[in-house]
Amino acid sequence: MTSVEPTEAVTGIPFVLNGTAVEANEGELLIEACERNGVHIPRFCYHNRMKPVGMCRMCLVEVDGGRGPALQPSCMLPVTPDMKVETESEPTKKAQDGVLEFLLANHPLDCPVCDKGGECPLQDNAYAFGAGETRFVEEKRHYEKPIPISDLVQLDRERCILCDRCTRFASEVADDPLIHFIDRGSQTQVNTFPDHPFSSYFSGNTVQICPVGALTATPYRFKARPWDLDAIESTAAADTSGARVVLQASQNELVRTLGVDSEAVNWSWLSDKDRFYYEATNSPDRVTEPLIRDGGELKPTRWGNAMRAAARALRIDPERVAAIGGARLTLESQYAWAKLLKGVLGTDHVDAQLGDSLPAALTLGLPRTTIAEACAPGQIIVLMGPDPKEVAPTLYIRLRHAVVEDGATLIEITPRATSLSKYATLRLQTAPGTVGQVLSALADGQLDTNVGTVQAPELERAHQLLTGDRQVSVVFGRANLAESARYSADALGGMRRLVPNAGYLPLLRRSNIHGALEMGLTPGFLPGGARNRGGLVDKWPSTPEFEGHDTDAILKAAAQGEIDTLVLLGADPLGDFPDSTLAEAAFANIKTLIAVDGLLNTSSARATIVLPAALFGEEDGTFCNLEGRLSPIRAKVTPPGLARPDWVIAADLSHAIGPELGYTTLEELRSQMRATVPALDDVDWDEIDGADDGPLFRPERNWELEFGDPAQMPPTSSYGYRLVVDHKLWDLGTMSQHSASLANLAGPAVLRLSPNDIQLLDLADRQQVTVDLGEESWELPFVADPQVAPRTAWIPARLPGFDVRELLSAGRSITNLRLRTGEVPADVE
Amino acid sequence: MSRLDASNVLLAREIIARYPRPKSAMIPLLHLSQQQNGHVTNEAMEHIAELIGVTPAEVLGTCSFYEMFKREPVGRYMVNICTNISCQLLGGEELLHHAEETLGIKPGGTTEDGLFTLEDVECIAACTEAPCLQINYRYENRVSLGRFDEIIAEVRGGKRADVPTHGTLARIRQHIDPDRLAGIEPPEVAGVPPWFASRQDEAKEETA
Amino acid sequence: MATNDYVPHAAGYVDNTGPKIVTSRFHHRDSYTLERYEATNGYAALRAVLQMQPTAVHETIKEAVLLGRGGAGFPAGVKWGFMPPVWPRYLVVNGDESEPGTYKDRLLMERDPHQLIEGCIITCFALGLNTCFLYVRGEMAEAQERIAEALNDAYASGYVGKNICGTDVSIDVVLTWGAGAYIVGEETALIESLEGNRGMPRLKPPFFPAAKGLYMKPTIVNNVETLANIPWIILNGPNAYKEFGSEKSPGTRMVAVSGHVNRPGVYEIEQGVVTYRDLFYGDNFCQGMRDGNELKMFIPGGGSSPWFFEEQLDVPIEGSLISAAGSMAGSGAIVVMDETTDAVKACLRVVRFFARESCGKCTPCREGTTWEEKILQRIYNGHGRPSDIDLLLDIGSQISPGEYPVAAWAEKGLTAVPFPPKQTTICPLGPSSVAPITSAIRRFRHEFEAKMTARPADEPELRPAGETWVAVEIADGAGNTSDVEAAEVHS
Repeated sequence: MTSVEPTEAVTGIPFVLNGTAVEANEGELLIEACERNGVHIPRFCYHNRMKPVGMCRMCLVEVDGGRGPALQPSCMLPVTPDMKVETESEPTKKAQDGVLEFLLANHPLDCPVCDKGGECPLQDNAYAFGAGETRFVEEKRHYEKPIPISDLVQLDRERCILCDRCTRFASEVADDPLIHFIDRGSQTQVNTFPDHPFSSYFSGNTVQICPVGALTATPYRFKARPWDLDAIESTAAADTSGARVVLQASQNELVRTLGVDSEAVNWSWLSDKDRFYYEATNSPDRVTEPLIRDGGELKPTRWGNAMRAAARALRIDPERVAAIGGARLTLESQYAWAKLLKGVLGTDHVDAQLGDSLPAALTLGLPRTTIAEACAPGQIIVLMGPDPKEVAPTLYIRLRHAVVEDGATLIEITPRATSLSKYATLRLQTAPGTVGQVLSALADGQLDTNVGTVQAPELERAHQLLTGDRQVSVVFGRANLAESARYSADALGGMRRLVPNAGYLPLLRRSNIHGALEMGLTPGFLPGGARNRGGLVDKWPSTPEFEGHDTDAILKAAAQGEIDTLVLLGADPLGDFPDSTLAEAAFANIKTLIAVDGLLNTSSARATIVLPAALFGEEDGTFCNLEGRLSPIRAKVTPPGLARPDWVIAADLSHAIGPELGYTTLEELRSQMRATVPALDDVDWDEIDGADDGPLFRPERNWELEFGDPAQMPPTSSYGYRLVVDHKLWDLGTMSQHSASLANLAGPAVLRLSPNDIQLLDLADRQQVTVDLGEESWELPFVADPQVAPRTAWIPARLPGFDVRELLSAGRSITNLRLRTGEVPADVE
Repeated sequence: MSRLDASNVLLAREIIARYPRPKSAMIPLLHLSQQQNGHVTNEAMEHIAELIGVTPAEVLGTCSFYEMFKREPVGRYMVNICTNISCQLLGGEELLHHAEETLGIKPGGTTEDGLFTLEDVECIAACTEAPCLQINYRYENRVSLGRFDEIIAEVRGGKRADVPTHGTLARIRQHIDPDRLAGIEPPEVAGVPPWFASRQDEAKEETA
Repeated sequence: MATNDYVPHAAGYVDNTGPKIVTSRFHHRDSYTLERYEATNGYAALRAVLQMQPTAVHETIKEAVLLGRGGAGFPAGVKWGFMPPVWPRYLVVNGDESEPGTYKDRLLMERDPHQLIEGCIITCFALGLNTCFLYVRGEMAEAQERIAEALNDAYASGYVGKNICGTDVSIDVVLTWGAGAYIVGEETALIESLEGNRGMPRLKPPFFPAAKGLYMKPTIVNNVETLANIPWIILNGPNAYKEFGSEKSPGTRMVAVSGHVNRPGVYEIEQGVVTYRDLFYGDNFCQGMRDGNELKMFIPGGGSSPWFFEEQLDVPIEGSLISAAGSMAGSGAIVVMDETTDAVKACLRVVRFFARESCGKCTPCREGTTWEEKILQRIYNGHGRPSDIDLLLDIGSQISPGEYPVAAWAEKGLTAVPFPPKQTTICPLGPSSVAPITSAIRRFRHEFEAKMTARPADEPELRPAGETWVAVEIADGAGNTSDVEAAEVHS
C-alpha cells in the first residue's frame, strides 16, 4: 500500500477541503488529493490502478467549482483551482448514507460465514458511514450461492455490489475479458460465458480487489478469519519479476498471498502462480527429514549421517564434482552455496540455468534498464524473447499498460506471435534460426533485401523506429528452445551495434535466477560478476582453477563418466533440461547424487542423499529481480520437520567437509557478502525490508561483450516445418504440481499450426498429425493457432501428454520437422 | 445451424466494414443471428465474438443488456403489448389480460404450437394510438379486444405476409456500393476529410 | 426506385392548420420516396450548402437558435461549437425514441426519411466530418426499412456517399440500430451502444461527447427532429425560422398528445405560442377531454417529467417557461389523465418503467428504482404501511437530493422548484423515477393513504422477514417480470 507523504513544497493546485486550504497535484483526482491531505473518502468502485468509472457513487462529495455546491464523484473529478470540497456536510453524508442503504438493501448480510468478514470494505464503510439500520423490508435478490467461475475463483452474486472492479481488471489490466456484466438494471450480474471459464493467469487479483465477499479464492475459502492471520511482506518468487506480496499464515500454515502495490514492479497485481503456489509449501509430499538411499530406497536418516555421506562424496577431485540449480534459493543461500562449491570445493562446474537460456555473460554484462524506464511513456520496447505473459506475467501487465495506455511503441522480433503481438506497432516474424541475421542486417543498414521471413519494408520500418531519438529498451531471452541459443546471442550483438545506448531487461525463467547469476552460480563467475581466476582471491579460501561447464556440458561430461558427484539445488534436469536423452545418460553415470530440496522431483527422487530445505515463506533472505532490484523474502512459518534454510545446509556441509564458511547467522552471512561483493557494500538490508521498491543491485560493469560474426541462417530443409518450443505458465513444474489448486491447470501438449498450414497439409478433418524427425515418427494432436507463423510448428514444453523434448537435441541448431497426414509419403524409401 | 451460415457471414463482413471498429457491429450482428435462428444461440455469440475480435463473454454482456435479444427459443411471432402510461390509460392492461386468456399464456410465455410469445412491453412510440401492440415489431394501433382476436386469427390463417417471422427486422437493408462509399476508416487513422481541409484553407486565404 | 409500398403510413399525425416545417410532406401518401422528396424541394438545401463555406452553414444554424428536440433543449449550433479541432469526428443521430408518451421521431423517420438524411449531410458538411451514424430504435423495424431504402436511393442518386452532387464532398451515412433499451436514448449510452457495448451512460465530465464521444473522438449527438429542421432553415434562412415560435424558442416543435383527450395525436405546434389549454381543448388540436371529464393531471414532457395540473394549463409550451413551472418540455410527450385515473396506479406504472429500464450502473438508480417499485406495488396491492409514503419520498431524495421540482406545490401557494433536479447518479434516469412519486404524493397523498386503510384489519402491519410481499421473479435477465407480479399489476 503506497503511502505518499503530504507534499510540503507549495507547487500544487490550491483547493479548499472542509474549510482548510490545501493543495493537489496537477491532474490529481479529488479522491486522491483528499487522501493525501488526510481525508479518506469512502469508495467501492475506485481503485488507484484502474480507470475510474464513478458508478458505485459512494465517493460523492459536495463540490463547489464556482457554480454552487453539487454532489460529484470524487473518483472522477480532477481538482481544479479553488474548488471548495465538503466531505462532511449534510448533503454529502446523506448521499453516502443513501448509497450504503441501497447497497445493503439486497446484500445478504451473511457476514458471519463470509470470508471477507473482518476485512470487508462494505462492512467497514457501513460501520463508519452507514445509518445502522435498514428500511428495506422487501424480499432480497437471490442467486445460486457460489458458482465456480474458474478453477481458482468462486462467485457469490448475492454479495456482489456491481462495482465493476473485477470486470474492469479483467478487460483493462489483464486483457482477459472473460467475466462481464450480464443482464441489466437490478438484475445485473457478473458472470462468464457458458463453458468459457475465467481462466486468466491473473484471476486471483479479482478476489483481492473485490470490495465484498463476492469473489473468493477456492484455495482460501473458509481457511481462516482475517483477525487470525499473521502477515509479513515478502516477494513472490514464481518468476523473475519480483512482485511484492504479503504472506499470511494461520497456525503456522501459509494460507494466503496478497499483492502489494510496488510502484517499481507489480502495481499490486500478481499472477495466479505468484498468488497460489504457496500451497506447495503445505504439500504432504514435503521432504521433512534427511533421506539416504539404502538398498535402492530413500530412507530417513539423521542430519549428521546425511552430512557425512555428502561430505565424503564431495571431497574428491573438484573437476569430478558439479552442481546444477540454485535459482530457487535466496540471494544469501546462493552466495553460501557458491562459496561452498567454488571457494571450498573448488569446482566451477556450477550452473543455475538449465540449457534453456542465454550465456550468463550476456545477462550479466548487458546494460540493464528498469521496468519503469522501459515502460516510460513514448519509449520503444523491443521484445526479442519468450512471451512475457507465460514467463513473467507481472512484467506482461506492465508492458501491456505501457503500450496501451502510455503510448510506448512495441516492436516484436519473435518466432511466434505473443500475447503482446496485437499491441505491437511492428512485428518481425523471425523463423527459427534467422533472428541473428535479421538484427545483423538492421545493424549493417542492409534494408533492401528480405532476410528469411522478414521483408525488406519491415526492416526499413524497424530501422527507422530503432534509430530515431526515442529510448529503446530490449526485453530479451530465449524465445525458442528448439533453436540454438547462438542465434539469440547474435541478435543481441546486432542490437548492440544498432542501438548502442539501448537498455536491457533479461527475460529468464526460474524465480531468483538473477540472484544466482550475480552470486556466481554459473561457470566462470564468482559473486558480483568477478571472474574466476584472480577474483576474490583475498576473500575466499580459494577459487576454481579451471573454467567450468554449463549444464549442457556438465551433463555431457557426466554421460561420459567424468562427473562422480552431482549436487541438485532444487533443479530437475530430468524433467526440465531440453535434451532429455542427454540428461538421462548423465544420470545413469553419476555415482552420488545429492539433492537439496523441499519437494522431490523426477531428478531428486533418484538422489543418493536428500537434504531437506526450507521453501518459500519459511526462510528469510533476499530476492533479486530481472532489474537487479533487491527485495525481501521473509519467513512467515517455520520449515516443516527437520528442513533447514539452504544457507544453513551449506554451512553445515562445509563444516562436515572441513573448512568453515565463516558465518553462523544470517546477519553474519550478509556482512560477509557485503565485504566480498563491492556492489553489495552499501546495501542496507533494513532498507530492503522496509521499502515497497527495493534498491537496485548494480555492479559497475563496463564489459566489452564479444559477439562474433553471426551464424548463417540454416538452409531450408525438405522437412519444411521449423519447431518452436517454449514454456507456458502452467506446466509440470515442481511447485505448481505440488500446489493442489494449480496442479491441473497445465493443458495437454498439442502441436500448434497456423490455420493456413492446416489447410495446406490437408489436416482439416483429422485429429492427429504425423511428425517425422530423423528416423522417428510421432502421432500428435494438433490445433489451429493464429499465433503460429506459416511453416512453423509450436509445441510448448513440459506439458502432460507429450514430452516435446523427444524432438530436441542439444546438438541441433534448429529443429526441422516433416508434418503429414497419416499416409506414408511417397518419397520414403 | 446455430453459427452464422455462409451467406450471413458474407453479410456480417459487409456490416462490419461499415464501422470504424469491428466491435461496433455487435448489435447488428446479434440481430442477424436472431434473424437466422429466431433467437440468439450461444454458438452464434461465439461466432460473433470471432468475427469482431472480442470474447464470448463480451458478446453476452452486450446481448443480455438489450431486451429484443432472446437467448432462449421464442414463438415465431412476438406479440408485444404496450402497458406503459399512455396505453394503460386506454386499456393496455385489459388488452394484455385478454391476450393472456386468448393465447393461454402469461407474458414471457410461448403458446404450445410455438407460434406466439407474449410480452408486456414498455412504450413503443405509438402513444396517440393506444392501446397498441407490435407483432414482430409491426404496429397494430388502437387494438380493441375484438381486433386482437382478429389479428391472431389472421396470423394463424397465414394472412399476414406483411409480418416476417421473429428475428427479421428491416427487410430492406442498407447496401453501399463500394464505388459510392466515401470511405470508413479506423479512428486511429482517419483524419480531416480532404474536402473540408481545402475549404478551411480557402477560408483562411479569404480572411488573409 | 421506391418499392416499399406495403408499409401503411404510420398513424397518429394530425394535419391541422398551422405552420409546417418538419411535417410539410406528411400529407403525401408517398412522402417517404425520393421522387416526392425531390418534387417538393428536397435536397435543394444540400445543393445550396455545397456552395457555402462550412462555417457559414454552422453560423446559420446558430443564428436560427435551433434547440435540440431530444429533451434537454440545448441549442444545436452552440453544441456543435463545443467540438475541439480534432479529427476524426462523428455525427450520431439519436433515433432511439423511447421516452414514455413520445411519438414524433418515428413519424419523421417513417414519413420523411430524406429530410432527415439531408439534415445529416448538411450537418456533416458544416462540421467537417465524413461519417454519420443514424441510430434507430431497435423496435422500429418500419423506420429502419424506410431509412435503409432512402439511404440506398440517396447513395445511388449522389446525395450521400462519394462526391456528393458531383462535388469533392464525400460523406457516409450508416444506418445502425439498437435492440431494446430505453437508456440508450441518453447520448453517452447511445455512444456506448454504438461501440458495441452495454448501453451504460458515461460520466459528463469528462466524457462530454463533443470532446470525447464515439471512440473517444469528438462526436455530436443530435435528435432526429432537430436535424429534420435543418433543410428548411437553410432554404428559408434563420430569420424566417425565427418568425415562428418565441424569441427563446423559435420555430415549431412536434408534440404527441395521448391519453384522455378526444383527438389524441401528433401535432406540429409553434413553440411558446400554444399553451397546454390550447392543445387539450382547442378545436385545432385535441378538442377537449374524453367524455367531457375533468382534467386530473398531465405529464408535460415525457415520463421523466414532473406532472402538471390544471394550474399549469396556461403555461405556453416552451422549455424555459415549463422549467420555471417545475417540469420540463422534454421530448414533447404529453400524457393527459382525467378524473377517472388512479394516481397510485399511474405513478406505479411510470416508476416501474424506470425500474425496468435502469441500466444498473449507478447504485442509487439500480437499487433505488426497484425498491420504489416494490413499495408502490405493495401499496397498490393494499399492503402499504403508513411510513411507506415518507419512505418513498426519502428514497427519492437519496436519488435526487434536495427539493425535487414539483409543480404540485403551486397548489399550496408555493413557488415550484425549477427543473432540473439534483442527482446522485450519472444520468437522469434514476431521478426521473422520482418525478411521478413526488408529483403524485404531493398532490394525491390521500389516495395513497386510502389504499392503506383498505388493507384488511387482520393484516399484520409488517410481515415477518423472509415472507414475500409481492412475488417477484428475479432471475429473468430480459428485465421481464414474472407471471405473479404481472397478474398483480393488472388485477
